[in-house]
Parts: sequence; C-alpha cells; structure tokens
Amino acid sequence: MSTPTPPTLDTHQAKLAAIRKLIASAKRWDLVFAGAGLLALSFGLLVLVALFADMLISGWMRINLDFFVSFPSRRAENAGILSAWVGSLMVMFVTALSAIPVGVAAGVYLEEYAAKNWITDIIEINITNLAGVPSIVYGLLALGLFVYQFGFGQSVLSAGLTLGLLILPIVIVATREAIRSIPQVIREGSYALGATKWQTTADHIVPYSMPGILTGCIIGLSRAIGETAPIITIGALTFIAFLPASPVSASAPFINFDWLMSGFTVMPIQMFNWTSRPEEAFQQNAAAAGVVLVVMTLSLNAIAIYIRYRLRKNIKW
Amino acid sequence: MEPPVSITETLMPVPDAAGVHTHAPASDRLKARFSRNLKERAIEGVLFLAAFSSVATTLGIVYILLSESWVFFQHVPLKDFLTDTQWTPLFDDAHFGIMVLLSGTLVSSLVALLVAIPLGTIIAIYLSEFAPFAVREIAKPVLELLAGVPTVIYGYFALLFVTPILQWFFPDLGGFSLLAAGLVMGVMIIPYVSSVSEDAMRAVPMAIREGSYAMGATRFQTAVRVVMPSAFSGIAAAYILGISRAVGETMVVAVAAGMQPNLTWNPAEPAATITAYIVQVALGDLPHGSIGYQTIFAAGLSLFVITLFFNILGHWLRRRYREVY
Repeated sequence: MSTPTPPTLDTHQAKLAAIRKLIASAKRWDLVFAGAGLLALSFGLLVLVALFADMLISGWMRINLDFFVSFPSRRAENAGILSAWVGSLMVMFVTALSAIPVGVAAGVYLEEYAAKNWITDIIEINITNLAGVPSIVYGLLALGLFVYQFGFGQSVLSAGLTLGLLILPIVIVATREAIRSIPQVIREGSYALGATKWQTTADHIVPYSMPGILTGCIIGLSRAIGETAPIITIGALTFIAFLPASPVSASAPFINFDWLMSGFTVMPIQMFNWTSRPEEAFQQNAAAAGVVLVVMTLSLNAIAIYIRYRLRKNIKW
Repeated sequence: MEPPVSITETLMPVPDAAGVHTHAPASDRLKARFSRNLKERAIEGVLFLAAFSSVATTLGIVYILLSESWVFFQHVPLKDFLTDTQWTPLFDDAHFGIMVLLSGTLVSSLVALLVAIPLGTIIAIYLSEFAPFAVREIAKPVLELLAGVPTVIYGYFALLFVTPILQWFFPDLGGFSLLAAGLVMGVMIIPYVSSVSEDAMRAVPMAIREGSYAMGATRFQTAVRVVMPSAFSGIAAAYILGISRAVGETMVVAVAAGMQPNLTWNPAEPAATITAYIVQVALGDLPHGSIGYQTIFAAGLSLFVITLFFNILGHWLRRRYREVY
C-alpha cells in the first residue's frame, strides 16, 4: 500500500497540456465548419452565377430590338416577346391597383385600429396561412371564381386580380412592419392637437411609413411578375399574336377598358412555352426571355433595396 | 364642393349680426362632432373590410375547392381516389388514384429536402454563429435573390443545364427526371430554410452562449450542442415550411420532371406531381364542368390540405420557441 502521491508540477503540466490539446483539436472543428459554411454559401452564389451565365450565353444572340417588338412566331428566329411584355405590364397594373390599396388598408387596420379580440386573431392567423398557400391554389380559386362565377373569362382582369390576392399578404406584412417602427410619441403629438384617429393615420402614420410600404409593394410586384403557375391555371393562352386594345385612344372618350377583358400572355408563360419545345432555337428564345425576366425582377428588387437604403439614411426617430 | 371649414371658424367665437362675439350654438358643435364621429366610424369600417378580405380569400379558396371536389367525389368514390394505383382521368378507362401524383410529389420533395436541409442548416449556423458582420451583410441579400428568381427560370435551369450535367454522370438518365427537378428545387428552398432557422438561433439569448464558452466549449461545440437544441422548435419550423414549399412548387417540376403520371419511388424516372398535373390540364382545353376539369380541383384540394397541415405545424412550432425566452 502506498499513499497517493500529491500531484507534482510535472503531472500538472501534463494534464494542462492534455486539456490544451483537447481544446486545440476541438478548435480545428471550428475552422472546418467555418470552411463548410463558406462553401455552402458560395454554392448558392455559384448556382446563381451558373444560372445567369447559362441563360446569357444561350440567349445573347436573340436579345436585340426585334426581339422586343415582334410577336411570337412559328419560326424561332422571327419570334419575339412583344405580346408578353405588354401583357405583363397590363397584368402588373391591375395587380398593383388591387393589392396595394387593400393591403395597405388592411395593414393600417391591424396596426392602428384592431381591437385585441378573436376576430383580429383570426385575421392574423389567416394572413400567415395565406402566405404559405401554394401559388397554384390561388390559380384554382381564380379559375373557379373570377373566370367562371364572375364571368371575367381568361382575361387581363382575372390574372391581375389573382396575382393581387397572391401578393396581398406580402403587402400587409410590409405595411404592418413599417407602421410598427413609428414611435408612439408621433401619435400622441397628433392626438394632443385634437386630430382624430383617421387624421393621425392619414396625415402622419401612413406618410411616415411610406418608404417601408413602398419597399414591400415593390417586392410583392417583383414576385408577381415572375409567377407562372396561377396564370397558367386560369387558362392564359401561350400563343398570342396580338396586343390587347390600347387603353388610351386619340378620339373620345380617350380611355377605354376593353383591354381588361382581353386575352393575353405574360413573360413567364412565354418563356415556359419556349422552354417546353424540343427545338434548340426556341430554347434560345426561352433563354433570352429569361434574361429579360430576370432583369425585370432584379431591377424591381434594386429599386426596393435603394428605397430601403434611403429610409435608413434619412429617418432617425 | 363646400370650402373646407377651418379650425378657427368652428372653434373660435364668431361675430354675430350685432357684431358681438359669441360661441357657435352648442347644438352646432354637437352636430359637427357627430358627423366627425360618423366619418371616423365609416373609415374604420372600410379598413376592417380590407383586413377581412384576407379571410374572404381563404373562404373563397375553401369554397371553390370543396364545391368542385364535391361534384368530383359524386363520380369517384373517395376510397378509389385514395387507393387506386392508376391515374388516367382523361382515358376512356378512367382511373383516379391520387397516390400516383402523390408519389411524384413526395419523391421530388424528398430530393429537394436532401439538398435544402443540410445546406440551409449549415448556412444558418454559419451566419448566426460564425460569420463576421460584413459576410452576413453580403450573404443575406444574395440568399434573398436565390428565393426571388422566378420559378420558371429554375425550370429552364433544371431542364437545360442540370439534366445534361446529370446525364454526364448517369448516362441512363432520361431528359425528364424527378432528380433534376428535385435538386434545383432544393437550391431554391435553401433561403427559406436558412433564414427561418437563423432567426431562431439568433433569438437564443447571448447569456446561454456565454455560459457555454465559460465552460471551455468552442464555437462549433456551442453552436451544435447548445444553440441548436435551444432553437430546436424554430429550426424544425424552418424544415417544415421548407417541406410545404417543396410540395407546392409547380413550375420546376412541370418543366423538368415530365408530366406523365407514374407511380414510382425512383427519382431517376420522370413523373407528374400534383402541381404538374394541374398545369398540364390547364394548358389543354378541357370544357368547364367536365370530370377532367373537376379532377384539378380534387388534386388542388389534396395539395391544399397537405400544405395547410405543414403550415399549421410549422407556425405552431415557431410560436413555441418564441415563448421560451
């Protein structure tokens, strides 16, 4: 039997070295993981680059003025996207006109007016759920409701309203977030001067949250412009060699609404149509249309980012 | 139009005929207040209607899907719909087995999740626990961009870029496959998975991390053994929302997976998903009210029920992690 020897300086140092080694080896995992993280991130970036480069390379030859001012054609080299981009613009107009007022009003109601009760709870749960409904289900709603029950047919109006419903949750959420960032003292100041709730809202709350609201609306529209599935579902035609009637005319009454009920096609549908053809010439057209579509989406996003940047710079509560 | 009444006119004493300053009669002021309240009420009502329109949308979706499917299920018993192994609604010998479309949806979603969940989780941990500020500021908009690209463009990419590359590795692969569609769909879903899980991890209080560091744990150990378990329900919510996205995704599978109904578990085969079937029918010219027309509503109802289930589960989980701290 020997009594346990008290730890000498040497064994103590040895233990310390062992612990240090353990930590060092654990820290190696830090590096490995940081590397993996960067790799995963750059993989995402790589996909984006490959996507754009591939489309640009195959579509470059087709992007010229003729491509923008020609109707689709059975001969790939004559085909263009005139009816598609005009259709997209018209549909976006209806979408913006329907979704933005309703969405902003709903956001204002939920932030400024709504009482904390079960009806408000239902509306809130409902908005989060709507944001998760697949876009094609909106297409089915529009097919049953707008196209057949309301009798709008397969028109610009049906498509615009469908996309309007689709981006409504985006507009509502953006409006609420913008309003929430306005400090309470602004409201109190307005009430102290005798303003009513609506005067406070219309003269202070909404103008001050405008940049945030605009950003949300633009991001919603950039989502809508690329949506294909719901518009195919309502039965948009894929081959359209005419333009909807012009909304403005030279003679009285100058403005007409025939275009609302007109048949139409939009950019993503035109691209889908060309992609699903076996001939390579049409697939080049698809690539060119894709480049145009991406540029449209990206420029909308860039505008939104710019507005957000201005907002951060100019407003300090 | 009446000229707007200025505040001074309504509140200040006004001279009467004799030139003596008096207040406006109380009844006038009450009347003004009454009409002001009425206007306020009316505006509140309009705003409420706008907010309620979202509920109306949901009711509309449920009504349309149920009413059209109701007619469908008068012709096709629910049992056949759920158990039949063929989906040939437009043939003379029509079969309506949703399983066929469901298998396509499941396989493509599974492939997508095998890409999105590992990559999305790694990116989320990296951004939340490792990345310097500058990297995060650049990475987040790029990821947002990944989610912002129109899906039809991903379809093009899957069919004309990814499929040829896959064929180079697996020469037997056909021109359409669930594999190619699923892989691209996975990349598309990465941002949804990563941003929600990152939010969940960043919501974990700093003190918990500091406790872990004080015990000598490294960043990686802290991230995996402390932060991730604390943020578990949020991360689970992110995965579930990712599943719901994958199940509802349409254009990628419609373009790159082919539209042939095919009961298969093999990702190398082409097959139609629920969403691709709806697109295929909508592209054709089915008369309104025919049984083929109603099948897309029955298919849409199945899709709606599945995604609704995942969405509710996801939101429930997300709510839970918010309540912990």
